[in-house]
Amino acid sequence: MTDQNTSTTDLTTQPATLASELFAPGVGAQAGPPTTPADSTDVAPGAHSHGGPAPTGSPAERFTSTDPDAFGVPTGREETWRFTPMKRIKPLLDGAASSALLGWTTDLPEGVELVRVDAGDPLIKGLPDPVDRLAALTRQNADGADVVRVAKEAQLDRPVTLGLAGTGSDDVVWGQLVVEVGAFAKATVVLDHTGLARYSGGVSVLVGDGAQVTLVSVQDWAPGAVHGGQYDAVVGRDATFKQVVVTLGGDVVRLVSNVQYTGPGGRADLFGVYFSDETQHQEHRLWVDHAVPNCTSNVLYKGALQGEGARSVWIGDVRIRPAATGTETYELNRNLVLTDGARADSVPNLEIETGEIVSAGHASATGRFDDEQLFYLCSRGIDAETARRLVVRGFFADVVQHIGVDELQDRLMATIDARLGALPGLDEQPVEVA
Amino acid sequence: MSVLEIRDLHVTVGEGDDTKEILRGVDLTVRSGETHAIMGPNGSGKSTLAYSIAGHPKYTITGGTVTLDGEDVLAMSVDERARAGLFLAMQYPVEVPGVSVSNFLRTAATAIKGEAPKLRTWVKDVKTEMAGLEMDSAFAERNVNEGFSGGEKKRHEILQMRLLKPGIAILDETDSGLDVDALRVVSEGVNRSREDSDVGVLLITHYTRILKYIKPDFVHVFVAGKIVDEGGPELAAKLEDEGYAAYVKPAEVAQA
Repeated sequence: MTDQNTSTTDLTTQPATLASELFAPGVGAQAGPPTTPADSTDVAPGAHSHGGPAPTGSPAERFTSTDPDAFGVPTGREETWRFTPMKRIKPLLDGAASSALLGWTTDLPEGVELVRVDAGDPLIKGLPDPVDRLAALTRQNADGADVVRVAKEAQLDRPVTLGLAGTGSDDVVWGQLVVEVGAFAKATVVLDHTGLARYSGGVSVLVGDGAQVTLVSVQDWAPGAVHGGQYDAVVGRDATFKQVVVTLGGDVVRLVSNVQYTGPGGRADLFGVYFSDETQHQEHRLWVDHAVPNCTSNVLYKGALQGEGARSVWIGDVRIRPAATGTETYELNRNLVLTDGARADSVPNLEIETGEIVSAGHASATGRFDDEQLFYLCSRGIDAETARRLVVRGFFADVVQHIGVDELQDRLMATIDARLGALPGLDEQPVEVA
Repeated sequence: MSVLEIRDLHVTVGEGDDTKEILRGVDLTVRSGETHAIMGPNGSGKSTLAYSIAGHPKYTITGGTVTLDGEDVLAMSVDERARAGLFLAMQYPVEVPGVSVSNFLRTAATAIKGEAPKLRTWVKDVKTEMAGLEMDSAFAERNVNEGFSGGEKKRHEILQMRLLKPGIAILDETDSGLDVDALRVVSEGVNRSREDSDVGVLLITHYTRILKYIKPDFVHVFVAGKIVDEGGPELAAKLEDEGYAAYVKPAEVAQA
């Protein structure tokens, strides 16, 4: 990046500010940079990276293919797999074809159709390509797709809801969903995952020009469930895409969310919230590709972890290509580590290849309770335990309130409340005068 | 009737070699119905006094006593102090994301009163007090202090004071960063509490400006961690004219 570019680039990275919010550092908590050494030979000019350029999987050289074998069989040492518990996700990566299905419950408002297309359909060929072996296996084994189609200019009177329930079978369920929203339509689509399953599901959202689409994906799986998936959004000119990912249940959940823009003026908001309990692995990888001018992206992921072996991984890659002038992007990941024995990895990565942008920034913070927040609440007479519940509840509500579907928000907050009720050792961290 | 008694209070911050004594023997008594102004230059320890009384964990009490109606305040947790009747309006109130003002106020009122306030009268009380502080009703649905302007934060602090009805209220630089209109609105809120309750007020300020709106009964000059002069409102007038120079050693002036 040239000096001139630097002067027009508003880098709002603020690790220092957020770091000041952290207390009791080093207690089971880790934030980026990652543990593998960075290869410093192929940094893109102007790259601003906390994660360090990766040997594979970095935005600049991302490989995609519909052929699973083109990716090879991952060992767990690859950049895209190094955080994933390979043994636990093996049933999916083995890739055995199956005809197992999830149980579907659908609520389709007027103006919405749900159809099945086969693998040869042009729609399938036009979807963004898989970015890893699991996604390629999924595309292959799903053998076609279920398509939710929202007519152009449709204004839905309620959300499209797809209840996807695991049946408890050991057979892997392969799924490919396409949400196709016509120009200037306004739609909310809720994917509500429950039950016990081994599930790998691709989700492609095609957002027509000027359309406003909200995709909500709730992972409220039963214990033991394994869920992988690649989510793609293709955002049209002047379109708005909002995604809210809520991961609460399951044994392993690994979701890869990608955003690309097909015309200027697009906006993508990616919200996520996760709550990892004892032994749960929750991994969210994001990749926003700014390749056209005047688009906006905003990422906010917040997670809490409690219990031995609770694990979360957040990778936030944003690339601003040379043509993407006028880009505005910000990403933030915050992790709240509630007990010892939990670990959060957080790796933001921003690559900027043009200085002609509005702003670009990211922040990541992982820590314990914010003592200043607790002091403030306690100074109003609220006991320390209630104050902690308020803070954690608020931490989640901050994201959940973006869903915009009241009944679902209430259900999710009730689930979170129940989980917090089981929080061990809450009384053992009193806020008192030294 | 409340009496807050501070006797020979010594307070440090930091640990080990970084330990620094901030308060060096503070004596002060605040009774119900009285308004005390504590005035002093920056860095004199005024805010430390406020936060020490409220129980902020950053500060270590190394000597002296603080009692409220004879009860040992220093033995109480932060929330117990508030329930005993102490209130601190903070200079820099923190954001609490995802917690709405209305939820926060009701939770606090429930904690202070020991039972949930009746919904109908509570909503009316909140609306009335917000109107009195010239706050828009949409304010109640915002997250606590999140994106608040300086003036909104201070109004929100005084709103809490109005609703929680403390026995002793400590106002830490409530006037800082306020424009004239906001200063008037906030001061009128404090004065309403002085009129309709028996609250004792400890008003901590750097400037005499707020004392034009909130008339103190007593003025204390605070320098280098202790009270160095005391008097009535006339002392504030003298500080207005002469500043703190007469109380501060030359070296400390240079430092400030």
